[in-house]
Amino acid sequence: MSYNLNHLEQLESEAIFIFREAVEQFENPVILFSGGKDSITLVHLAYKAFFPAKIPFPLLHIDTGHNFPETLVFRDELAKRYNVKLDIGYVQDSIDRGTAVEEKGLNPSRNTLQSITLLEKLEEGKYDAAFGGGRRDEEKARAKERFFSHRDEFGQWDPKNQRPELWNLFNGKKAPGESFRVFPISNWTEMDVWQYIKKENIALPSIYFAHDRSIVNRGGVLLAESPYNTLLPGEKYEQMHIRYRTLGCMTITGAIFSDADDLDKVIEEVAAARSTERGNRADDKRSEAAMEDRKKQGYF
Amino acid sequence: MNGYLDMDLLRFTTAGSVDDGKSTLIGRLMYDTKSIFEDQLEAIERSSEKRGDETVNLALLTDGLKAEREQGITIDVAYRYFATPKRKFIIADTPGHIQYTRNMVTGASTANLAIILIDARNGIIEQTSRHTFIASMLGIKHIVVCVNKMDLVDFSEEVFNNIKTKYQEFSSTLNLPDIRFIPISALKGDNVVDASKNMDWYKGQTLLQTLETVQIVSDFNFEDARFPVQRVIRPQSAQYPDFRGFAGRVEGGVFRPGDSITVLPSGLTTKISKIYNADVELEEAYSPMSVCITLENNIDISRGDMLVKSDNLPKVDQEIELMVCWMNDKKMNPTGKYLLRHTTNEAKCVVKNVAYKMNINTLEKIVDNFEVEKNDIVKITLKSAKPLFFDAYKKNRGTGSVILVDEFSNETVGAGMIV
Repeated sequence: MSYNLNHLEQLESEAIFIFREAVEQFENPVILFSGGKDSITLVHLAYKAFFPAKIPFPLLHIDTGHNFPETLVFRDELAKRYNVKLDIGYVQDSIDRGTAVEEKGLNPSRNTLQSITLLEKLEEGKYDAAFGGGRRDEEKARAKERFFSHRDEFGQWDPKNQRPELWNLFNGKKAPGESFRVFPISNWTEMDVWQYIKKENIALPSIYFAHDRSIVNRGGVLLAESPYNTLLPGEKYEQMHIRYRTLGCMTITGAIFSDADDLDKVIEEVAAARSTERGNRADDKRSEAAMEDRKKQGYF
Repeated sequence: MNGYLDMDLLRFTTAGSVDDGKSTLIGRLMYDTKSIFEDQLEAIERSSEKRGDETVNLALLTDGLKAEREQGITIDVAYRYFATPKRKFIIADTPGHIQYTRNMVTGASTANLAIILIDARNGIIEQTSRHTFIASMLGIKHIVVCVNKMDLVDFSEEVFNNIKTKYQEFSSTLNLPDIRFIPISALKGDNVVDASKNMDWYKGQTLLQTLETVQIVSDFNFEDARFPVQRVIRPQSAQYPDFRGFAGRVEGGVFRPGDSITVLPSGLTTKISKIYNADVELEEAYSPMSVCITLENNIDISRGDMLVKSDNLPKVDQEIELMVCWMNDKKMNPTGKYLLRHTTNEAKCVVKNVAYKMNINTLEKIVDNFEVEKNDIVKITLKSAKPLFFDAYKKNRGTGSVILVDEFSNETVGAGMIV
């Protein structure tokens, strides 16, 4: 007798369970789609959870205006392929409305502004639950995150007063105006995601694989040439052979030198990696509690 | 590559009191299995320096929140991940001081194994029995007792054996089928990942070897087939005009196409037509698989119903007796109404009787003049507004567990195990 599920099968089963549970417990959920591998994996899991029915909720993308062009093309194709509605919130709209203010300085990051646009869109769409691809292994503040993470009516997270989660019994009860963030792949690691992408043959944007790109090396962070990035005195762009481990705004997402041009090579590289995938994210380095602070304000 | 795709998964919890080296042990496991990344190590080196710690404080790795780092305490359950080529591990790391019971119950609820740490210098203390009792109550089948700080007792076999004998004596009344003992030094690394050079007398496995090889498959219930219906899937599309599938997670037993099943609460019977994982047809489904089941007859079934094999029915009752761990600052109302969540079912319920409160340090029952406060463990009887289909927690974690929700605050206030 061998009734054994391997780790990927168990993680998949858990994520599917969470998707189904959230759809039953909430009125109007949405997948927060960042364009990265984790949210692409989420969409695939949602597809499996409700097959042969359609994914019963839309995707919401918060467009900072500073995206890698490849990811936008991929996003639109993906929405078509899964036959799922795509709702887009533009940070520029929030700036134009005056609800968000562009950072001063040479390379303004719109990373923190995303939270403002996100909260506005959640309110506008009356979404009461938003699925995110956050994983507990990513960052220390995320290690304490719940599968069903309660947000007050201002969209804020109170890490010291979270509901306990036991067995697979999830409590999505809330007062009007409150909402939840739901993290189906909480228990996955970066390696698990890559292995699952391989196992399920999930398509990814090309920038996850090694390619040539015009890059400036700024204090060890390899930033891509883009209209949103201004060179400092003495800096110049050079062609480099790189790939991305995570995706965010072009202004803050660092590339890594890499020859990994297919999935097997990427997995090998991830297995040998000596730094975390967010190690190249300038946004996390702003302070020790950068992620915790952003999460409290409504960031994923 | 294939090795990585074929790992299995072990979830464990760590229990220990303050200063018995739990954070150091977790840090050691992750460090020696190369699960700590360089940038993480650099970050905690910087923080240790800022705090004025003399050595790199591995505990900082597990303390995620600002308040925790500032106060040097752990507030909540934190989850850690590491993997070896054999297994992926999920650690539910629970704090050793305030609110211990509630957090350990939470961490233990999903664990296959518990590590119980004992300081070799102090031997078995009150907290050791408390941790062991909680592990047994939560149905954890495998206990690994790590006698830590062996370096501070000259790696003495006698000290280790004394602790082992005493532990076996006091735990003999608890339902713990598999207890192992390992003498370790988390600080120096003895018997954590690598075998100790200081304790030739210990011939057993190191902690990591134990975690990698302990057999957990048989811990799942493959006897009593239970399938709580989570969602009805009806595409009503051109391609699948008549498809009606029941989505959920198998909470026990094995289901196969052709099996005769009974639907609860209606009691109607039919046979399983097909079992799917998305577009893949399966020959069988077992715990903890999430699947979609279609039936031969069109029966009215909705969320909260349960499919079971007709020759093996669960208990059906509106009254349940259970052990409850109280999780909330607000005391339990001994005649109060709560919302109960059990499998995919939800029902109003009322507390009928509070039989006793456990003194979890002495394992004595308190029957007179007590209130039910946060972290208390009590035996109660609940009456539910509708029939529940359940098994004893001992027999099946999935169909024997409930949570209680406060109808006004919406908070999860109690965790219950059906007796």
